[in-house]
Amino acid sequence: MTNSWTDIKNTDLVVIMGGNAAEAHPCGFKWVTEAKANRGAKLIVVDPRFTRSAAVADYYAPIRQGTDIAFLLGVINYCMNNDKVQWEYVKAFTNAPYVVKEGFTYEDGLFTGYDPVRRDYNRSSWDYELGEDGYVKSDIDHPRSVWSLLKKHVALYTPEMVERICGTPKDKFLKVAQMISECSTPTKTMTSMYALGWTQHSKGSQNIRAMAMLQLILGNIGVRGGGMNALRGHSNIQGLTDIGLMSNLIPGYLTLPTEKETTFDVYMSTRGFKPLRPDQMSYWQNYKKFFVSFQKAMFGAAATSENNFAYDYLPKLDVPAYDVLRIFELMHEGKVNGYFCQGFNPLLSFPNRKKITSALSKLKFLVVMDPLQTETARFWQNHGDFNDVNSASIQTEVIELPTTCFAEDEGSLTNSGRWLQWHWPGATPPGEAQQDAWIMGQIFQRVKALYQKEGGAYADPILNLDWRYKDPTEPTAVELAKELNGYVVEDVRDPNDPTKLVLEKGKQVVSFAALRDDGTTACGCWIYSGCYNEAGNNMARRDTSDPDDTGIYPKWSWSWPVNRRILYNRASADINGNSWDDTRKLLWWDGAKWTGYDVPDIAPTAKPDVVGPYIMNPEGTARLFVRGMMRDGPFPVHYEPFEAPVANVIAPKIRGNPVARVFLADMEQFGDAKDFPYAATSYRVTEHFHFWTKHSQVNASLQPQFFVEIGEELAKEKNIEPGSWVRVWSKRGSVKAKAVVTKRIQPLICDGKKVHIVGIPLHWGFMGETKKGFGPNSLTPYVGDANIETPEFKAFLVDIEPSTEPVA
Amino acid sequence: MNMELSRRQFIKSASVGIAGTTLGALGFGDIEEAYASSIRPWKLANLTETRNTCTYCSVACGIIMYSKGDLRKGEKADLIYVEGDPDHPTNRGTLCPKGAGLHDMVHAKTRTLYPQIRKPGSDKFERVSWDAALDRIARLIKDDRDKNFIAKNADGVTVNRWITTGFLAASATTNETAWCTYKVVRAMGMLAFDNQARV
Repeated sequence: MTNSWTDIKNTDLVVIMGGNAAEAHPCGFKWVTEAKANRGAKLIVVDPRFTRSAAVADYYAPIRQGTDIAFLLGVINYCMNNDKVQWEYVKAFTNAPYVVKEGFTYEDGLFTGYDPVRRDYNRSSWDYELGEDGYVKSDIDHPRSVWSLLKKHVALYTPEMVERICGTPKDKFLKVAQMISECSTPTKTMTSMYALGWTQHSKGSQNIRAMAMLQLILGNIGVRGGGMNALRGHSNIQGLTDIGLMSNLIPGYLTLPTEKETTFDVYMSTRGFKPLRPDQMSYWQNYKKFFVSFQKAMFGAAATSENNFAYDYLPKLDVPAYDVLRIFELMHEGKVNGYFCQGFNPLLSFPNRKKITSALSKLKFLVVMDPLQTETARFWQNHGDFNDVNSASIQTEVIELPTTCFAEDEGSLTNSGRWLQWHWPGATPPGEAQQDAWIMGQIFQRVKALYQKEGGAYADPILNLDWRYKDPTEPTAVELAKELNGYVVEDVRDPNDPTKLVLEKGKQVVSFAALRDDGTTACGCWIYSGCYNEAGNNMARRDTSDPDDTGIYPKWSWSWPVNRRILYNRASADINGNSWDDTRKLLWWDGAKWTGYDVPDIAPTAKPDVVGPYIMNPEGTARLFVRGMMRDGPFPVHYEPFEAPVANVIAPKIRGNPVARVFLADMEQFGDAKDFPYAATSYRVTEHFHFWTKHSQVNASLQPQFFVEIGEELAKEKNIEPGSWVRVWSKRGSVKAKAVVTKRIQPLICDGKKVHIVGIPLHWGFMGETKKGFGPNSLTPYVGDANIETPEFKAFLVDIEPSTEPVA
Repeated sequence: MNMELSRRQFIKSASVGIAGTTLGALGFGDIEEAYASSIRPWKLANLTETRNTCTYCSVACGIIMYSKGDLRKGEKADLIYVEGDPDHPTNRGTLCPKGAGLHDMVHAKTRTLYPQIRKPGSDKFERVSWDAALDRIARLIKDDRDKNFIAKNADGVTVNRWITTGFLAASATTNETAWCTYKVVRAMGMLAFDNQARV
């Protein structure tokens, strides 16, 4: 989230699209209720299902899953055509006026540079035209300005076209567009609340970009009650992303080197971030300070300027990333021997379960650490129809390790709004369960001992990993938090006055502003710097004060970066530094510096008419045109899901996202509408959380059994009685479920064709207190988003028929 | 009159109007309040309160856990009850249907309790000691890493990667556990590293 849960109370319009906050995030959703009750805010819900969020909306519009970009570009088109634009914001704070290189074009669903064989673009023309001074040319009236190109790009998405693609009746679309467009005035804000309904598509990243662009055009980023608010799913999914537990990341959104970056200098040369407009902060210019401090936190004394701070210790990538789809593909090909699952249940969580089972069966060993008995740890166990495997033929050694759960451990979790909140243990772990950090410490110590004793492949990073914990087999939460914050490795003196100590060895750094690129500071995750400094554990703060009831709560826990609660908050004021809306002041220029309720997201004395608010971008502005930074285009385009009930109206020859990575065998496993006529989608129910709460008796009692949801018309057509058994199948698998026949799902007319929707909730398996059941991932396709490989769980094709009860 | 009258029975009775008549006349009009006040001191006097965060979605509601026994005094602590933290700015004491069931998740019959190993081809898990499990894992790691570690690629560039073993991390663990995990996984040169943020 750019903003916070408590900030939602400041909004005028909530758009829930790509999520269902009332059911999936109920206690956060009550801030929507608060805004409605106290500010007269309105709520719009756009969803294929009439969800509980829709039930309390002021306006609901149906949409076919996987067509959000067409809808959102339609709204942008509406705003541009009706002059519903926050012009001052757009001209000053976005790249709308910048001129794009000659040669950049878009035609029939493709941008310049497409190579159908590689399924990739040459993106060299997707960039700005630079002047002789090295800065971007700026002229909003230029035919190749971002604004001119965008206007041309979205012109196709008329209300009629939106209806044709999305199945949203034109009058409903127009009502939504009109309500949204009213937020283009500086004194009205809209917030976007979205979740996996937007990410789990082969163009998920572009779904979110489309809304971000709309929010910029309306001037709603950086302001109270505005923002792009990702309602993240797990209690610490934000934290794990921030700390970079992903194939290609280093904590704090730094990136791991590729094998083309053969030396540290080459690696740094692409991370210089020279400003593209005069006087901009381009904050990533500090990259080296964060990287070197990270290496010092990892490898301590072994990271020196002589060895380029142990640059060689880091593994180098040969592919963009070993994401889960790639690794399970490799596993399926028999190229992976070992796998660890730390609190994750891929058998149920990943697409095409048959492939996942087959892949796990080819492993030599699987280690599962979990507080609950997961299906993944038992993928080799026969459970009748629910897990139909032959144990004897599966040669994988499986080790299950019992771990603590939240009630039994200590530490911080980062919520959607980037608050790091500390918690304390209040229960003794059951049986022999141990904390994950203990397990990791134990494994590491034992592996290290083996290398010390036996030698072996490149042991240097293992032997030199900085591991100075009081008990090396059990690093404490406090010890680890202090490393994340960062500390001073060597005394640093003022170069102008050597008697003056700037940084004292052994002290915690106050924030990332103190980090250095010479090895004198260490910091595990620069954006977390400040969480545990010399003032103590700031994440444990519990001061509920909130001056002037802004919803900021500046002293409750700690928020990254540097306790800032609303990102880009300098954009809450105009080019002269005056708040856009005096009733919703956040940050303003007092003539000499920035002041207000939040920590400024800009240098405190940066002049408002000089330095732009988007300090992480070398332009200083936000990007409506994203240059070559996304694989599938500088603007979003409507692409159908890989399995769609209709052809792509704007580019009939293109299947799915033209640059999404598809493994050969998976391409053959896509189904067509003639064989699988119904558009399926997956979702959560409010009583359950993923595959965990089925182990909790009270939740299992509330929602005991797997079901699928279909509309009354389809039920009638297929002779499906409410509450009867049905079989649902895709090209990849088949499940049996109880049928819930509902008015909540209605057929949509898309490109003249009636499309029925099948809803498949995801909470059942063969372990726990509920009845045994299936989930959508026995059916879902094996393809991910073109940029970040999130699987396309939200839109695929199935068929359905009356059936009989499965056999356990 | 049965003095074991439960809260649920009472509410049921009240709903058909008895409270205002018979029970009221008998002096039971205050029974609900009396019942509540009989619990409250017991809860506070006999249980330890601990601040925690709901483990499910990332609204991150504050919770108060009530346990019998105090970990800070070195005692065994048994979780008795969980409620929303009324001081928390986001949830202000409320919990959703998921969070309201936290107690049952902690006490699930299907919690993992002991390290177990399933041997190749077997149809069952066998309980093992932590030492046996951890030694086995360390051996499996080292053997696979030594055998498949790639120090240089075909062009002779130092790449120091290990891609035949992967690690999937959990997004309900703490930041501190995440950092500890990151250090170990990366130091070994693993690249097949991912977490729920992807899905």
